[in-house]
Amino acid sequence: MTKARHTHGVIRVAAPLAVLASLLFVLPRSGPWFHAWLPELSHPLYTRTSFGALTLAHLALVTIATLFAVAIGLGLGILATRPSGRSLLPTVRAVAVIGQTFPPVAVLAIAVPLLGFGAAPTLLALVLYGVLPVLGQTIAGLEHVPAATLHAADGMGYGRWRRLREVELPLAAGPIMAGVRLSAIVSVGTATIGSAVGATTLGSPIVEGLVGNNTAYVVQGALLVGALALSVDAVLGAIERRIRRG
Amino acid sequence: MIEFDHVTKRFGGHLVIDDLSLRIDDGEFFVLVGPSGSGKSTLLRTVNRLVPVDAGAVRIDGEDVLSRDVETLRRGIGYAIQSVGLFPHRTVGENIATVPRLLGWPEGDIRARVTELVELLRLDEPGIADRYPATLSGGQQQRVGVARALAARPRIVLMDEPFGALDPITRESLQGSLKAIQRDTGTTILFVTHDMDEAFRLGDRVALMLDGRIAQVGAPLDLLHRPANDRVRDFVGGTRARLRELAVRTVRDSMRVGEPAEGEAVDVADSLQDALAAMLAQRRDRLPVNSRGERVGAIVLADLVANGP
Repeated sequence: MTKARHTHGVIRVAAPLAVLASLLFVLPRSGPWFHAWLPELSHPLYTRTSFGALTLAHLALVTIATLFAVAIGLGLGILATRPSGRSLLPTVRAVAVIGQTFPPVAVLAIAVPLLGFGAAPTLLALVLYGVLPVLGQTIAGLEHVPAATLHAADGMGYGRWRRLREVELPLAAGPIMAGVRLSAIVSVGTATIGSAVGATTLGSPIVEGLVGNNTAYVVQGALLVGALALSVDAVLGAIERRIRRG
Repeated sequence: MIEFDHVTKRFGGHLVIDDLSLRIDDGEFFVLVGPSGSGKSTLLRTVNRLVPVDAGAVRIDGEDVLSRDVETLRRGIGYAIQSVGLFPHRTVGENIATVPRLLGWPEGDIRARVTELVELLRLDEPGIADRYPATLSGGQQQRVGVARALAARPRIVLMDEPFGALDPITRESLQGSLKAIQRDTGTTILFVTHDMDEAFRLGDRVALMLDGRIAQVGAPLDLLHRPANDRVRDFVGGTRARLRELAVRTVRDSMRVGEPAEGEAVDVADSLQDALAAMLAQRRDRLPVNSRGERVGAIVLADLVANGP
């Protein structure tokens, strides 16, 4: 790897993280600016919960949801590509696609009566949403492993699980990681809706701003969500590139 | 010893191997040759149980392969295929080390064996063991494939058209390497090809397979001199059979001992095909013959043409 490419890679990761950190530092001190821009608002700065706490809560929710989504998506993807599970493949794909066509708001509407208000229904919606990218990429990645490689592995005496662990998963790791990244980014965006049912996320200022006609809150929440999404994308993207290079 | 005992295999309704019996002795370089669809690859794969037989038995040293644990069985048999199937995420060295590692060899032994094989297969470009397969030429990849098949010093090696995708020069060089290694190690090799020249060049014995049966089995010259029927005669070469024969026989068989000749000498161990090529190249109809650098006689074009080798 050349030094220039390395430097370029570092910047790609560091820049969004720097933006996020700057926002977390600047936004709590930006009351006068928002007041100048929107003088009619009596409270131009969201202060119910600190932006740092909101970001951490948001990130925690996304992390947990993504871990579940990866566990389910990877598990189903592996199962559906085994000889014994291949008949499940169309069903698994169909279920995952149906999960994706369901709007997140509808999932929340159904989940709240079952799970109550707060983080739980949000987590359910995020997991349902996060599974498809991981599942799809796991199946695609495993099916792209060259047939000759698998044939040779069988001929040399790899057991089924050892072949999966040492040959198939390493070769499919790039696409799978792309699925994980997509799943996490979608979750960062979708998690904001959770605040409509009482979860504490970066969506809280956005929802409150929309309800109370407070544009400043909406902008503050949106800026942080955007910066967080870019940061997550950058970090996971760097991991993915490292895996693909092998 | 590999023994096929009334082996039958069907794919769907199609009979691929038809009640076939065959014995391959220890240390033999045995070639299964035949057109596409003759069942030769399928037969090969019954040995390491990549294809289960429908009826009959395949035995190694008298023991039915079905009675062995399938992974243990496969780790004890070398396997090389035309598409090579190297692990793209592993270096050349790691690829070669695959089976020793599956068998749990100590790390030091594995390293030593990899070094040995890199030399044996003439993969002697510096640093090649640390490169990834994608950076190698087709010929180098197949050398790695063969090295990987030989890595754990298996007594039996199965090879399914390993050189089929290579250019003629690379193929001939690999054939030479393989034949020499086989002679030195006494490994039993079961080799599948559709290339008759390759079969005759490599095989101690050759079996011609047609429609799931052995049409004829024997030493290359048996098939050339005494084809069992017209189909065999067609397959072993028809009018080109004599040319093939020249490739199988050596100068030693046809030289005139003690006679003089002019020109650049050929060696007694060269094939008659090489000798003919040398005559054509030098525009002479007789050439001197050397053995270990000493002049021992002459080889004469008329002998090749008139009497036959």
